[in-house]
Amino acid sequence: MSALDLARIQFGFTVSFHILFPAITIGLASYLAVLEGLWLATRDAVYRDLYHFWSKVFAINFAMGVVSGLVMAYEFGTNWSYFTAFAGGVTGPLLTYEVLTAFFLEAGFLGVMLFGWNKVGPGLHFFATLMVALGTLVSATWILASNSWMQTPQGFEIVNGRVVPVDWLKVIFNPSFPYRLTHMVLASFLSTGLFVGASAAWHLLRGRSSPPIRTMLSMAMWLVAALAPLQILVGDQHGLNTLKYQPAKIAAMEGHWQNTPGESVPLILFGWPDMAAETTRYALEIPYLGSLILTHSLDGLIPGLKEFKPEDRPDSTVVFWTFRIMVGLGMLMLALGAWSLWLRWKKDLFSSELFLRAALAMGPAGLIALLAGWVTTEMGRQPWVVYGIMRTKDAVSNHSALAITITLTAFIILYFAVFGMGVAYMMKVIAKGPDDDSGGGQPDPETDPHVRPARPLSAIKTPMDAPSFSNLRGE
Amino acid sequence: MDMGIDLPLIWAGIIGFGLMMYVIMDGFDLGIGILFPFVQDPGDRDTMVNTVAPVWDGNETWLVLGGAGLLAAFPIAYSVILSAAYLPIIAMLMGLICRGVAFEFRFKADEAHKPIWDRAFTGGSYVATFSQGVILGSFINGFSVTNGAYSGGPLDWLTPFGIFSGFGLIIAYALLGTTWLILKTESDLQTRMRSLARPIAFALLATIAVVSLWTPLAHPEISSRWFSFPNIVFFSPVPILVVLSTFAILWAVGRDTHALPFVLALILIFLGYTGLAISLWPNIVPPSISIWEAASPPQSLGFTLVGALFIIPFILIYTAWAYHVFRGKVKAGEGYH
Repeated sequence: MSALDLARIQFGFTVSFHILFPAITIGLASYLAVLEGLWLATRDAVYRDLYHFWSKVFAINFAMGVVSGLVMAYEFGTNWSYFTAFAGGVTGPLLTYEVLTAFFLEAGFLGVMLFGWNKVGPGLHFFATLMVALGTLVSATWILASNSWMQTPQGFEIVNGRVVPVDWLKVIFNPSFPYRLTHMVLASFLSTGLFVGASAAWHLLRGRSSPPIRTMLSMAMWLVAALAPLQILVGDQHGLNTLKYQPAKIAAMEGHWQNTPGESVPLILFGWPDMAAETTRYALEIPYLGSLILTHSLDGLIPGLKEFKPEDRPDSTVVFWTFRIMVGLGMLMLALGAWSLWLRWKKDLFSSELFLRAALAMGPAGLIALLAGWVTTEMGRQPWVVYGIMRTKDAVSNHSALAITITLTAFIILYFAVFGMGVAYMMKVIAKGPDDDSGGGQPDPETDPHVRPARPLSAIKTPMDAPSFSNLRGE
Repeated sequence: MDMGIDLPLIWAGIIGFGLMMYVIMDGFDLGIGILFPFVQDPGDRDTMVNTVAPVWDGNETWLVLGGAGLLAAFPIAYSVILSAAYLPIIAMLMGLICRGVAFEFRFKADEAHKPIWDRAFTGGSYVATFSQGVILGSFINGFSVTNGAYSGGPLDWLTPFGIFSGFGLIIAYALLGTTWLILKTESDLQTRMRSLARPIAFALLATIAVVSLWTPLAHPEISSRWFSFPNIVFFSPVPILVVLSTFAILWAVGRDTHALPFVLALILIFLGYTGLAISLWPNIVPPSISIWEAASPPQSLGFTLVGALFIIPFILIYTAWAYHVFRGKVKAGEGYH
C-alpha cells in the first residue's frame, strides 16, 4: 500500500472513532440541558435523577471526545502538510474560531456542570449546563463550515499557490454548509435518542419499570418520531444540493454510469458498481424513481459517471453501499418512530416486548448511519481534498510508508484498547440505571448536600468515596 | 513594516501567550502524573487527581488553541513543524489520550482495573511530557526546509539535545506539580511535596543552566543574540532572576507557605520561556523562516484577530471563575463534596 493510502486510512480511522463521541456529546448535552430545565421548572425528582444519571455517561463520553479530537487538530499538519500550507489561510481561522468560541466554552463550564452541583446555585449550574450544550453546537457549526468549504469552496482567490480568503461570509456560508450542518446536528440528536431509548428498553425488558426509565423511553421516542421524518426531508435537500455542486458524488452514490437517450433515470435499489468495467452489475432497478428523487420530476436527468474522466471519479463501489446503509437505517428509524406513536396511542409503549426489542436493536443504528453517511460524503468527494482545487494525492506529507504503518498500527491498538474500555465503562453505568442505590447510586443532593461523590461518574467502590456514603446511610 | 498594524507580530504574541498558558496549566496537571510514582497511597493519589479533575480539560484546550492558532496564522510553520516532528507528536497525542481518559476511567474502574489506569495516567503523562520536550529541543535545533516544505528525515528530532530537552521538561512539569499540590493539599501529602520540591528545583536550575550553555555553543546566532552589546545588558536580568526565583522556591517550601511556591514556580517557568523566546526571535521555523515569511494572508490574520481579541478576555474570565469555584484545599478522602 502506498504512503497516500496509509495516510488516508489513518485519517479515516482516527476521525471515524472520534466523530462517534462528539455526536453523542452534542445530543446528550442538549438532553441534559432539557432535563435540568424540566427539573427546575417542575421540581419533579425524575428529571433530576435522570440528569445525574446521564451526566455520568456524558463525562466518560466527553473525555473520549476531547482526547480523540486533540489528535484531529494535529493530524492536519502531521499527515496533510501540503493541504495546510495551501489552504490553512481558510481552514485555520475556522478551526481557531471553533477553539475560541466552543472548546473553551465547553471546557470552562464542564467542571462546574459535572462537579459543581453543590458548589454554585441552581440557576448558575443550569447556566453552566446551557453553556456546555451551546458549546457543542457552536463547535459543530465551525467544523462543518470548514468541512463544507472543502466540499464546495467559494469566497477565495489563489495567490502564489496559496488560498487567500476574500469574502469570509461566502467562505463560511458556502453552498453545502446549511444542509450539512442541519443534517449532522439532526443525526447527532437521533443517534443520542436511539441510544437513550435503547438503554431504557434494556431496563424495561428486565422488568425495571420505574418512572425515570419510562420517562427516558418516552422522551427518546418523541424525539425519534419527530426527527426521523425531518431528517429524511433534510437529507433529500442535501442530496439536491450535492447534485448541483458535486454531481460526480451523486452519480457514484447511485451507481449511475450513463443516461440512455429518451429515458428517465431509474433508481438502482441494489447492485455492484464495477469501477473497471464502468457498469453496475446485478442492478435491481425501479424505473423513473431516480429522476423523481433527484430532480423531483419524472423525466429529469443526472450526469452519469462516464461523463467524468476516470481520474476524477469517486469509488462508486464503496459509496453506493454506504449510502444505502445510511438510507436503510433512516427508514428503520422512521418506522420505529411511527410504531412508538401507535403504541403510545394504544397505551402500550412500555409493555410491548417486540417494540422494546426493536428499540434495543436500534440503539447503535444512529451512529452506524452517521458513519456510513460520512464515509459516503468523504469518499464521494474524492479525488479532491478541496473540491476541484486540490487533489488528495497532492495534499499528503512526505512520510515513508513505514513511518505511517508504525503510527497507524499504534493508533489501532490504542484506540480499540482505550476506547473499547471506555465504552464498556459507559455500558456499566447505563446497566446500573438511574434508580440504582446499591453502592454507587445517587445521593440526594437536595437533602444531603455533603454527600455528593467527588465525581458524578465515580463509583462508590473507590476508597475515597466509601466513607462518605457509609455516613449517608447511617444518617 | 509600512502597514499600520503588524499582524504577524501580534499573532506571534497571541500564540506565544497561548502556548505559555498551556505549559503552565497543563504543566502542573501533567506534573501530577509525573509525581504518581513517588506517591503510593491510593487515597493520596485520588486527592492528587481531584485537585485537577474539574480543570484539566480546559488546560488542555490551550494546546488545541496553540495548534489551531499556528495553522491559522502561520500555516507554513504548522505544516513544517508538525511534519518534521511527526513521530514525537503522535507519541505525545497517544500519551495525552492515555492520561486524559484515565482521569475518568480510574474512578469508574473496579479495584482490579484501577492500577491499569494509574499506570496509563503515569505513563501517558511521562510520554506526553517527554515528547513535548523532544519537540521543543528539535524546534531549537531547527528544521531542514526546502521550498517551504520539510525536507529532513523521519528521525531528525532524535538528537542528544532533543533527548535532554525531553528530560528537562519532565523536571519542569514535576516542579509545577509539586508546588501546585503544596497549594491544594495539606498534612502528609503536602509535607511529602515540600520535600520533593527541593531536589526538583535544584535539578531544574541545573537543566536551565545546561540549556543556557548548550544552545549558544551549538548555535552562533543564539550566542551573538545574548552576548553582544548592548543585548547582554538588557537580557542579563533573565538568568539572574532565574537563580533568584529558584532560591526563593527553596526558601518558601521550607516555610509555612501555600501559594508562594507555586507562584514562584510559575515565574521560573515564565523566565525559562522568555529566555527561549529571546534566543529564537523572530523565527517561527528556526533557523530560517521568520514569522513574516510564514504568515497567513492579512485577510486570514485580521479576521481571526478580531475574534481572538474579543473572545480571549472572556475565556480568561470564565476560566478564572471555574478555578474560583473549586478554590481551596482538596482534603484527603473528601474530594469535591
